[in-house]
Amino acid sequence: MLYSQKGMATTATKNDAGQNSQQGFVYLPLIAGWLVPGAGHFLLRKWGRGALLAASIVGMFALGLAMKGKIYTGAQDILDLLGMAGDLGNGLLFFVSRVLGLGADQVQVTTADYGTKFIVVAGLLNVIAAVDAHNLRTGRKS
Amino acid sequence: MIHASHFTAVLLFALFASTVFGITMRETPRRMFRYGIYCFTLFVGSAILLSWVMFLIAR
Repeated sequence: MLYSQKGMATTATKNDAGQNSQQGFVYLPLIAGWLVPGAGHFLLRKWGRGALLAASIVGMFALGLAMKGKIYTGAQDILDLLGMAGDLGNGLLFFVSRVLGLGADQVQVTTADYGTKFIVVAGLLNVIAAVDAHNLRTGRKS
Repeated sequence: MIHASHFTAVLLFALFASTVFGITMRETPRRMFRYGIYCFTLFVGSAILLSWVMFLIAR
């Protein structure tokens, strides 16, 4: 005789619920986190972590622009190529800034050099944050 | 335009980088906070130490 009661969580229904929460595109937090800083964690309902990551990365990027930092637009040599790879880590921030023409064309003062490094490092930190969101999504990290 | 001093730039850099390192490298909030403080101290401490080394070499 099969016994069941409404509202009672059996092992089978618990497993189903666990699988439902893991369904969907597994790389979505990674891509969202790359495009918008903190978005990967927001998708996983890690509100506090996402907000802190977004504030840190966007803040660093904005400070870099405020210091008249340079946004790499092309790669003339290997150092430019590395700088552009770092800048690309900022996702939409990088593309929007390029479209709006933000950032200095040339580094002329010391602060602008700091700003350029702030922008590159913001991109690298964003990649770390996006990978962290992916690890949370796959269960490698809790 | 912001004209940050060298030390202000170091402090801001260390603050943001330590926040991201703390959140991404540890699992519990307490350990995240402790690791963030640890990274911040190392960033700022090593910058001050290297500054003194370069100052003494330049003399």
